[in-house]
Amino acid sequence: MGKPSRRDFLKIIGASGAALLAGRGEATASEAHQVNNETIGMLYDATRCVGCKACMAACKRVNSDYGSLSYERATFDTDGLWDAPQDLSGSTRTLIKLFKESDKQWSYVKYSCMHCQKPSCVSVCPVSAMTRDKLTGTVDYNKDTCIGCRYCQIACAFSIPKFQWNKAIPQIVKCDLCKNTNLLNKGITACAETCPVGAITFGKRKDLLAEANNRLRENPGKYINRIYGEKEVGGTNHLYLSGMEFNKLGLPVLKDEAPAEFSEKIQHTIYKGFIAPVALYSTLCFIAIKNMKGNNDADKKTAEHEKKGEKTNEP
Amino acid sequence: MSHDEYQRYDAKILTPSFIVLLAFTLIGFALIAVRFIKGIGAVSNMSDGYPWGIWITYDVATGTAIACGGYAMAILIYIRNRMHYHPMIRSAILTSMFGYGLAGFSVMVDVGRPWNAYNFFIPSKWQVNSAMFEVALCVMAYTTVLLLEFLPAVLTTLEKTEWKTLQLLLDILYSRMGMERPERIGDRLDKVKDLAAWLKPRLDKVLIFIIVLGITLPTMHQSSLGSLLLIASTKLHPLWYTGFLPLLFLINCMFIGYSIAILESVISCYAFKRPFETKELSGMARIIPWLTVIWLSVVIGDLAWRGQIGAALALDFYSGFFLLEFCLVAGGSLLMFSGKKRESIRWLFVSAVLIVLGGALYRFNVYLIGFNPGKGWHYFPALAELLITVGIVAFEILGYQVLVKILPVLPRLHTRQQLDAEHGVAEKA
Repeated sequence: MGKPSRRDFLKIIGASGAALLAGRGEATASEAHQVNNETIGMLYDATRCVGCKACMAACKRVNSDYGSLSYERATFDTDGLWDAPQDLSGSTRTLIKLFKESDKQWSYVKYSCMHCQKPSCVSVCPVSAMTRDKLTGTVDYNKDTCIGCRYCQIACAFSIPKFQWNKAIPQIVKCDLCKNTNLLNKGITACAETCPVGAITFGKRKDLLAEANNRLRENPGKYINRIYGEKEVGGTNHLYLSGMEFNKLGLPVLKDEAPAEFSEKIQHTIYKGFIAPVALYSTLCFIAIKNMKGNNDADKKTAEHEKKGEKTNEP
Repeated sequence: MSHDEYQRYDAKILTPSFIVLLAFTLIGFALIAVRFIKGIGAVSNMSDGYPWGIWITYDVATGTAIACGGYAMAILIYIRNRMHYHPMIRSAILTSMFGYGLAGFSVMVDVGRPWNAYNFFIPSKWQVNSAMFEVALCVMAYTTVLLLEFLPAVLTTLEKTEWKTLQLLLDILYSRMGMERPERIGDRLDKVKDLAAWLKPRLDKVLIFIIVLGITLPTMHQSSLGSLLLIASTKLHPLWYTGFLPLLFLINCMFIGYSIAILESVISCYAFKRPFETKELSGMARIIPWLTVIWLSVVIGDLAWRGQIGAALALDFYSGFFLLEFCLVAGGSLLMFSGKKRESIRWLFVSAVLIVLGGALYRFNVYLIGFNPGKGWHYFPALAELLITVGIVAFEILGYQVLVKILPVLPRLHTRQQLDAEHGVAEKA
């Protein structure tokens, strides 16, 4: 064997190129949604909750002063002790509600951001103000980027992001797992730290799932035999156990596929590599220029025709 | 394409309708001021359940479709090669320009933190998964394209102007101040004229590339306006939630575009007491029913495929609005299929109105009426919220009225008759 010929060289280049492309193909395939159970979240056990709302007060106490989000408080209630919101809002990130079917059938439920594995709000935010931390799985909001279009509110299947409707400088408000406050200082969310009956467990998703499954196994008949959030919309990091049907607690019945997967699939099909728009533009250019030329020629011909006509008329 | 195809409409600017429109505009803008001082909640009934109200639904989603006259005309003229419609394009572009410009303006009123909008131009903030990102960039680009497309009208005027009003104003101003008018003002004005004369042929040369861009961009963002709701799989009623939303929105904006071009022509001819462009309009009306037939077949086929025909005929709240939308579009199209009715301005007008209403209702159905965020949420626009939209629309009509009186926008009348004559000869031959 002598020196590799030019042809061999090209072969090698071609082969490595193909390998690269193939590798790339695999990479894009694996980009499809995968659940990461190492991320952090919370497990709320509705059968343990006594509805004391200590978590709500703790959330407000800890998070109220973070960023520009200082709550309007009545002058007689500077600690926010008597603040009794009806729903999540631009000043409430977590909420306890009571759902009562009869005197025997009732349950509390806690609302806050579900911290989805494939969040719709992150998928739709046009300026990346909503982000999901790859390491912790926390879905966070950055008011310094947000344009206030409220598309996240349209997108969220749980209607979690809330907007400050009555502020001249409004922002979106939602739970960020105390990312910049309690979690930073004490390593646990304020609500989970405060709960006096252990209804809120904070931890890694895999540990939360194991714990939830444990409780389901050890207490047959106490729970609806399912963990809400395990599979819903591609999995959430806020998980629920309950003795009542979840949809009765205001938790919507949802498919396992994340809505963002479907919408992104369509958007990506149309705009893959920006090929379709460029192809459309060039094709249209080709047609339009051809048409213009045809017409200009026709114009010239008629113009010449007219000139000839004028000449013959002259004498 | 010569610029002699267009003419200015010589008439008084200060008419009664001008004053009425101005009043609505001022009310609207005053309320916009309130919105910026006291927050969106002070003027609107939007809520966390219905975060998009009439401003997005009408001003943006429907308003840009109604502003698709320029897009539809450009396809007809440059792609389908019907150059004899060319005299009609400038007024279509003017209305599109207003429609899109004001849709952009409405967005700035609607969004909560408009000062952060510069993030659209920072690549590290781009979020290409978001249909909103695509819509925002495309609409901004298209508004620029429309401005460029309209620029020849401004340049022609600048080139030929003698600055009579301005000269008069300056004379008054300087005589009031008791000063001699300096020479250099005249020089500067001449320079502007020279610049316009220099720019015009150069713009004409590249204009076709801009025009084609003006066809590509609406194709992209009008379909993306449908894609916006693809994420709301749990909130949008199954009658309207489908993977075909982008396609339906695209076809929808085309037939609205042609219908609105017909309406604009009829209304402006009526208002400005010009002869109706019956021949052009009936030719254009021939295209519409084909588009609506495709659209209606996609709608029905999709409903059948998803097993929702029953829901469509259930005669409940949602089915009612669906059937209304469907019948308006289908009814208008049926009228337009008849060649005789297409020749009558009255029937053209009626069928175009039906189709625009039906097409617009479809967009309302997708963005508001069929949108259900869950129990306990209700939305009906507040008076102030409506008045802001009315103010913006009034401003749009006002601007059109004024601009056709100072710039050559409307088709030149005598050329039009010539063209008709030529057309007649060609047909006979």
